[in-house]
Amino acid sequence: MSSTTSTSADQLTFRGSSLQLKNLCMAYGDVPVLRNVSLQIAPGTTTCIIGPSGSGKSTLLRGINRLHEPSSGDVLLDGEDALRVRPDVLRRRIGMVFQHFNLFPDHTALENVALALWKVKGMSKSEATERARRRLTEVGLGERADHRPRDLSGGQQQRVAIARALAMEPEVMLFDEATSALDPELVKGVLTLMAGLCERGMTMAVVTHEMGFARRVADQVVFMDEGEVVEAGRPEDIFDNPRSARLQRFLSEVL
Amino acid sequence: MDFLDNLVKTFFDVDSMLTVAPQLLTVGLVNTLVISAASTVIGLVLGMVVAVMGISPSRWLRIPARIYTDLFRGLPAILTILLIGQGFAKFSQSIFGPSPYPLGIIALSLIASAYIGEIFRAGIQSVDKGQLEACRALGMNYGRAMALVVIPQGVRRVLPALVNQFIAIVKDSSLVYFLGLLVSERELFRVGQDAAVNTGNLSPLVLAGIFYLVVTVPLTHLVNYFDQRFRTGRRRPTAPTSGLKEVTELDAVTPLTTGSNT
Repeated sequence: MSSTTSTSADQLTFRGSSLQLKNLCMAYGDVPVLRNVSLQIAPGTTTCIIGPSGSGKSTLLRGINRLHEPSSGDVLLDGEDALRVRPDVLRRRIGMVFQHFNLFPDHTALENVALALWKVKGMSKSEATERARRRLTEVGLGERADHRPRDLSGGQQQRVAIARALAMEPEVMLFDEATSALDPELVKGVLTLMAGLCERGMTMAVVTHEMGFARRVADQVVFMDEGEVVEAGRPEDIFDNPRSARLQRFLSEVL
Repeated sequence: MDFLDNLVKTFFDVDSMLTVAPQLLTVGLVNTLVISAASTVIGLVLGMVVAVMGISPSRWLRIPARIYTDLFRGLPAILTILLIGQGFAKFSQSIFGPSPYPLGIIALSLIASAYIGEIFRAGIQSVDKGQLEACRALGMNYGRAMALVVIPQGVRRVLPALVNQFIAIVKDSSLVYFLGLLVSERELFRVGQDAAVNTGNLSPLVLAGIFYLVVTVPLTHLVNYFDQRFRTGRRRPTAPTSGLKEVTELDAVTPLTTGSNT
């Protein structure tokens, strides 16, 4: 396991791990939703996953941290077989950010970030609180640490959620349509924050409908449709020279 | 006038009410509250166990919870109380002594736990699935995620229903008299009933009824208060703020957006 972050003074750089998927298949009951997905994400790079709804993008992310167990194939995190680790242990190494934030409504922003540090990482309460406060400051919410989620805007809530995931010092971050539920003027703030993580060496898998973000930030763009990877490559290749008819069609609809 | 006189004498005879009032207060009310409170506490604990079993991924926990709930919810309270109160009398004697009081509490607790279990289960299941997922994504195991995040949220939502259940228990506690309580153990109904037999009119029972109402009516209003507060939330109205303000703020403070410190 690679050490993930080093906190020098109050600045943060990450050491993201590599992530590799080999012939990953996933199903809901008898219904296959993901067929033979293979993907390689180099350490410290960002992969954006695009595709129409129902293409299996979110399912793919949930297979990586095993919120939904893959039915076959391999997931390698930093070269280790992720499907052989206990899921709870695996998930401490993989951060996830959800479309609807999923913050804990009964807790303040600070408690949202500190809870898992305290209860999962086993930090003392004061240590956890201190780190949580730092993470909140880094996402620009130091002033709102004592607000409850319902008193925060969507953008602020999502930034709390990102701080919550980052505080666990993950090796990989998964973003599941992190900006889809936000008001348009608040999208940019969250995307900028994500781009900042990418610059600092976090390995990220980002399911998104923000094509501008994918083009600007991604090292690799993956286009999925009907549970398969149809095309993957550098953003320029995907957006400027789509080869498959399905990708061409998709791009003509969204751009 | 005769009829009205009769009515007042039967139901509202002040003398017999005053005679029985001290007993209702010091014996009846105390016992009713002790029985109800004890049954509620035990019922809450058992109910939580039943609820957690009932939503377990394992059917070997779910099925027993289901059967337990169906059984104690489906039987008339009086039947459960008699079966347990008399059926386990010998057994109880070796632990608690001759008084049927503890068995009455246990029977009421079992009935209450079946209802409370369903209340808890509904509450817990109404919590958004994303909450459990967020916990699990942070590396919590199922038990910890439920205990720390999901169950507290579920319980908060059903507080009004739990108060209602307590009211039901207060009323059902009157059924314990079937087990034959000692003089000092009599609850409101039994004290009123005994006095009614002695005085030959129903006024003591009416007074006992008033005592019940004194306990239950404020609680029903408490429920309404809770309910309203939970529905509207505690949030005070705030003036609308422009989303652009947040954008400006963010531009000013976020160190992660400046590329210089990588």
